Amino acid sequence: MDGITSNLPDTALVTAELAWIEVGRVSDIPPAGARVVQSPHGDIAIFRTAEDEVFAIRNRCPHLGGPLSEGIVHGARVTCPLHNWVIDLASGGATGPDTGCTGTFPVQVEDGSIRLGLRLPVSAV
Amino acid sequence: MGKRKLVVIGNGMAGARAVEEVLARGGADMFDITMFGDERYGNYNRILLSNVLNGSQDPAEIVMNPLDWYAENGITLHSGAPVTDIDRAAKTVRSSAGVHVHYDYLLIATGSRAFIPPVEGMTGPDGKLRNGVFAFRTLDDCDGIIAHAKKSTQAAVIGGGLLGLEAARGLINHGCAVHVIHIGNHLMEQQLDGPAGAMLRASMEAMGVTVHLKKATTAVTHDGEKITGLAFKDGTTLDCDMVVVSAGIRPNAEIGLRAGLTVERAIVVDDKMRSVDDSTVYVVGECAQHRGRVYGLVAPLWDQAKVFAENITGRNRDAAYHGSKLATKLKVMGVEVAAMGITEPVEERDEVVQFTEPKRGTYKKLIVRDGRLVGGILMGDISKAAYLMQAFDRDTPLPEERLSLLFDIGAPAEKVTLDEMPDEAQVCNCNGVTKGAIGACVAGGMKSALAVMKATRGGMGCGSCKGLINELVEFYAGGEVEEDPSIHYYVPGVPLPTDELIDAIKINGLKSVSSVFKVLAGGKEDPGSKPGLAVLLSMIWKSEYEDERDAKFINDRMHGNIQKDGTFSVIPEMPGGVCTPDELKRIADVAVKYNVPLVKLTGGQRIDLVGVPRDDLPGVWRDLGMPAGHAWGKSYRTCKSCIGTDYCRFGLGDSMALATKIENRFRGIDSPGKLKLATAGCPRNCSEAYVKDIGAVAIGDGKWEIYIGGAAGAHIRKGDLLCVVGSHDEALSVMGRFIQYYRETAKWKERTYAYVERVGMAKLKSIVVDDSDGIGARLDRSLQESIDAYVDPWLERDAPATSHQFSSLIPVP
Repeated sequence: MDGITSNLPDTALVTAELAWIEVGRVSDIPPAGARVVQSPHGDIAIFRTAEDEVFAIRNRCPHLGGPLSEGIVHGARVTCPLHNWVIDLASGGATGPDTGCTGTFPVQVEDGSIRLGLRLPVSAV
Repeated sequence: MGKRKLVVIGNGMAGARAVEEVLARGGADMFDITMFGDERYGNYNRILLSNVLNGSQDPAEIVMNPLDWYAENGITLHSGAPVTDIDRAAKTVRSSAGVHVHYDYLLIATGSRAFIPPVEGMTGPDGKLRNGVFAFRTLDDCDGIIAHAKKSTQAAVIGGGLLGLEAARGLINHGCAVHVIHIGNHLMEQQLDGPAGAMLRASMEAMGVTVHLKKATTAVTHDGEKITGLAFKDGTTLDCDMVVVSAGIRPNAEIGLRAGLTVERAIVVDDKMRSVDDSTVYVVGECAQHRGRVYGLVAPLWDQAKVFAENITGRNRDAAYHGSKLATKLKVMGVEVAAMGITEPVEERDEVVQFTEPKRGTYKKLIVRDGRLVGGILMGDISKAAYLMQAFDRDTPLPEERLSLLFDIGAPAEKVTLDEMPDEAQVCNCNGVTKGAIGACVAGGMKSALAVMKATRGGMGCGSCKGLINELVEFYAGGEVEEDPSIHYYVPGVPLPTDELIDAIKINGLKSVSSVFKVLAGGKEDPGSKPGLAVLLSMIWKSEYEDERDAKFINDRMHGNIQKDGTFSVIPEMPGGVCTPDELKRIADVAVKYNVPLVKLTGGQRIDLVGVPRDDLPGVWRDLGMPAGHAWGKSYRTCKSCIGTDYCRFGLGDSMALATKIENRFRGIDSPGKLKLATAGCPRNCSEAYVKDIGAVAIGDGKWEIYIGGAAGAHIRKGDLLCVVGSHDEALSVMGRFIQYYRETAKWKERTYAYVERVGMAKLKSIVVDDSDGIGARLDRSLQESIDAYVDPWLERDAPATSHQFSSLIPVP
């Protein structure tokens, strides 16, 4: 759970119920691009690949915190714009010689609408 | 007490320098200064006369103190009329023009004159040099030589010393055949020994000067009007129609004799530079004899002038001159020479350290006595001259290892071999990669530097350690090292060098990055290659290019440089580092309105608003109302400039105007690597034009030197001189052609410093300057099309290229 910016105790997040929150439409995100959702877990980058797959990972590179949402997307991977680490969108793990992992979040796409799975305490919903 | 009267006889380098030193010590309040000079000019740098002769400098450029200087400093100058008498009893001097003045202190700085050997026919019946015979000592001599050389076919220089050789060099530039006649066994006997003299002779003859050694001239032959030739003691003769005599100098000490001062070879002085006979008469320069020696170089003169000034102004009455050790550094006919002290060993204990490489014209010889340097000659390679001259001058003990006197064998840190380097030694400081990690990688089967770099990330930061990584891979892999073929490609992901890739893209009509991968890379997309392809495609297709924003690096999508916190820097255009007060105000207003956390001057003479969030970019750009400065991508970046001619008192060319024209023309032109330019108004290079991708340096007469391939980043390199142009327009044209050729032939991210070395200056000159391939007009046209297609990217503030370009957040309902 490194580096999560949250003003809530971790236990509250872990124990909370998984809630599915609608965050917009696939067409709101450019192909092979990303946009960001602000959440109590910190900023979450919602990626759309060239094949219209959708992934959600924390918008923080495990290297030095670079904004992954601004990186170049290729296949199901993104290259961090700061120092070119390559992050796998499905696992959040760094590829190649680098080691590190950023948090991932479950997503559902239905009729072009994206829902993000978050464990949110009742007060935040 | 009123001012004392200081009279200076001689307005050459010595007299003027001595007066400058007096003025620098508040002398203007102590003395009324009167100067007498033979020549009708203010004083000039005699050392540079050879440049006037060879045409590289105008007489005006070598003037040290123009006539205004005398007036500004309250100095009365009587020029064009020499002093004929000194009355030491009455303390007055009188000039040939009848000027008669009183002095409290007298400074004699009459220098020396050319020695004219007593040779038959050298002078005419009036005792003056015959028409066609010249000394080489004054600006008037220079004028005469140049005028005569233009109609001369064959010139002879009598004297193979330093000045004679400079005269020969100058004459060559005026198109006549040149012969140097030297009485000694080798050239420049004062400074060089036999072998060095012989090498110098070879270089001179290679440049077209014929050298005759051991020739004593006995007569100048003539037909009563014109010179016809020279006759020598050995019975031979030489046809020539002009003669320059450079057979040494003689101190102008006659004035001292007439005034009853002690004169041996020159006027004899004590350690305070006073005549030994009269404590109110000082003597400096080539007419002074100190401790038995008469000096003919400037360095001793500077020291003497200081001692004189310290004493006469009372600043330090103990100041004393102890003599100078002679060391000179000079360039003769393009050959660099440094010489100091004796040229041959004289005592048995003298130790000679020597290196010769005649093929390259390198010669080094040092004479060491009791562990100290007493003489030295360096020719061809004078890189050690500064160190050796200092050791010679200060008499410092020399290192035991004499080899290090001749060569830079490197500091201890650099002597560590790859073998000795410990495994934990860090090779790549950006990404923390050790020597051991590289070794493990090679042992694991990676036999190319690129593969090792990819696997370890070594060399992928600033890139300055790439060379060392290459060496280490070679070291570990032994003979098995494989060259990664992709190092020859424009981008690693498409297997074609730049020019072939451009052809393939055109033939196949590929207008988008994805189509290039599909057709030319077997459908395999390489993310690292995308930004490079995007730039290349936009260069080829201009407005027809199918922009795929996802192929672009974030900087190229947001038109700003991303910072570590995900914000951007906003740098508006500021050509030549110049902006209006109104623009400055708007920048300040924007910084306040948008809470910009940092406002900073960049290295490229612009103002950087750092820390602007993506969503604020359009507003910031709109409120600034200034065009983008392109401080983010692989493209033309900026052109720095010094103040140029409008205000700078040294400026030779209008560098600000040129920088503005450059920016207006090349703004936003994308290229394989960044292009950082500068213009310098003079060779003082305040704007650092010598170390830019392209630099223009003004050299006077409206001329600009164009340098390419300079760098002062992680890699440091002085640019190479591409050519000299005669106007701003020519500068723009040659720069543009180079830029376009670079765009079409360089590899992605290959900066000009690497490109220039890979392609070679000879080829670049022939293509860009001489148009040897006949592609000049096509290059110019292609660049013009890119210029015409340019649109300020910050206009996307009103017409975003993609939806949500500047809105990063999805608002959660």
